[in-house]
Amino acid sequence: MRYILLICEDETAAQAASPAEGEAMMAEYMKFGDEMGKRGVLKSGERLRPTTDATTVQVRNDKVLTSDGPFAETKEQIGGFYLVDCKDVDEAIEIAAKIPGARFGTIEVRPIWEM
Amino acid sequence: MTGHADLRADVEGAVVAAFHSDWARVVATLIRVTGDWDLAEECAQDAFARALERWPRDGVPRNPGAWLTTTARNRALDRLRRAATGAAKLQEVAVISGPDVSDDGVEDDRLRLIFTCCHPALSRDAQVALTLRTLAGLTTAEIARAFLVPESTMAQRLVRAKHKIRNAGIPYRVPPAYQLPERTGAVLAVLYLLFNEGYSATTGAELVRGGLCAEAIRLARTLGGLMPDEPEAIGLLALLLLTDARRVARLDDAGDIVPLEEQDRTRWDADSIAEGLEHLDAALRRGQPGPYQVQAAIAACHAAAHDASATDWVEIAALYNELVRMVPTPVVELNRAVAVGMADGPETGLRLVDGLERSGALAGYHLLSATRADLLRRLGRRVEAAVAYRVALSLAATDAERRYLTRRIAQTSETG
Repeated sequence: MRYILLICEDETAAQAASPAEGEAMMAEYMKFGDEMGKRGVLKSGERLRPTTDATTVQVRNDKVLTSDGPFAETKEQIGGFYLVDCKDVDEAIEIAAKIPGARFGTIEVRPIWEM
Repeated sequence: MTGHADLRADVEGAVVAAFHSDWARVVATLIRVTGDWDLAEECAQDAFARALERWPRDGVPRNPGAWLTTTARNRALDRLRRAATGAAKLQEVAVISGPDVSDDGVEDDRLRLIFTCCHPALSRDAQVALTLRTLAGLTTAEIARAFLVPESTMAQRLVRAKHKIRNAGIPYRVPPAYQLPERTGAVLAVLYLLFNEGYSATTGAELVRGGLCAEAIRLARTLGGLMPDEPEAIGLLALLLLTDARRVARLDDAGDIVPLEEQDRTRWDADSIAEGLEHLDAALRRGQPGPYQVQAAIAACHAAAHDASATDWVEIAALYNELVRMVPTPVVELNRAVAVGMADGPETGLRLVDGLERSGALAGYHLLSATRADLLRRLGRRVEAAVAYRVALSLAATDAERRYLTRRIAQTSETG
C-alpha cells in the first residue's frame, strides 16, 4: 500500500536553528533517505519551503482568488513529505517513527486513495 | 410434551453456551479467510441461527465450534459464489476446508482479531465498539445502550472503524515481538475500560451496562488463555475478578453507594475472589510486576480482610507507592493519599492531598474534594470537612454519588 508521510513541525524552530544544527539535521535526513531507499520503500520525498513562501488559490464564481500564506494558520506546518510503498499501516508507522522530524514534530500517515 | 420442551431448553442452552465460547472464534476465522468483516459477522450470525434450527433435530454436534465455523464458511462460500466480484476471494475460501477449519494450528485467530480491534490507529471509542461487536458478539443496539448513545451513532462508529481497517491498511495479525508490549497494553486498556464502564453503572437506567463487567471478564479470560506468558494479561483478569466480587455489595437496595469500609463482606463473591487470587499468584510468580498485577494485589488485600478494621493498609500503601512509580498519574497519587491516610494517619494523607490540590492537576475532580473531606472529618475538622463535601457534591457526576455525599454532609453536621 502507498502512504504519504506528512512531516508537520513548527517551522519557526527550524528557522531559528544555527547553521551547524541545520547541517546536522540535514545529515540525519540524508541518512534516513539512504536507508529507506535501500529498503526499497521510498517512492519520493521532498522538503518544502516555509509557509511564508506559500500562496493559496481558490476559484469562486469563476474568479481566481489568490492570497499570500498557507491555507490554515496552525502551530505546526507541513515542512516536507515522503511517499512510501509498504506492506501495511504498521510498516508505515514504523517508517514514520524513523523520520528525524518525528522527534519534535508530528508525522501524519495518510493512505493514498488508489483509483 | 415436557420431554420436547426440556430438549428444546437443552439445545437452546447449548447454542447460548456455544455463542459465548465460539462466536469470536467463528468471526475471527471468517475474517481471516474472507478478509470481509461484515460478511464474517453476517455468516457467523447465520450459522448460529441454523444451529437453533438444526441442533434440536440432529442433536448438538460433538464439536459445536467446528460445526459453526464450517457452517459459517459454507454460507460465505455461497454468498461469494453468487457475487461475481467474489471470484478471487472464493478461491481463497475454497482452499480452507475440512473440520480443522477453526484451527489453523499456528495462532488462534481470536488473538489476531483482538489485536486488530485494539489497533492504535483506531480511536479508543472505535476499539471498544469493535471489540464488543466482533469479539463479544453484542448487537449494535446493545452496544449503543451500554454507552448511552443512539443506535445510529454506534452503527456509524462501527462502519467507520471497519472502513478504516480496510482503507488505512491495518493488518489482521498479532503484532511482531518488538511491537507486542505496546500493543498488548492497548488491548488490556480496552478490556479495563469495558469493565469500568459496567462497574460504574449504578441506577436502573444504567443497569444494562452491568453486563459489560461480565463481557470484560470473559474477554480477559480468553486473552489470558491465549497469552499465558503475559503476566499483565493474567494480572488484569485477577484484578477484574477481585473487583467484580464486590459489585453486589457496593450498592444498597436503594441503589446508593456503600463505601468499602461499610460493605457487608459476606455478600462478596467468594468464588470470584478465589479465582482472582489464584490468577494473581500465577502472574506474580513470573516476577515481572506491572500496573494490573499491583492493582490486583491491592484488591487482594481488601479481599483478604474479613472486616474493614482488619485491612492491611501498610501493605496497600506500599503497593500504591509501587503503582505511582509505574503509573505516575494524579488519580493514582490521589488513591495513594487515601491509603497513606489509612496507614500513617489522616494528617499525612491530607498533606499529600494538599500537594495534589496545589498542583492543579485534578482541578474539578469531585473525588479530590471528597477525599480531602474524608480526611478532614477524621481529623475532627468538621467545618472544613463540610465545605469540602459541598464542593465535591457540586462536582459529582452521578445521582448515586450525590446521594452519598449528601449523607456525608448530614453526618458531618450531626456528630458535633
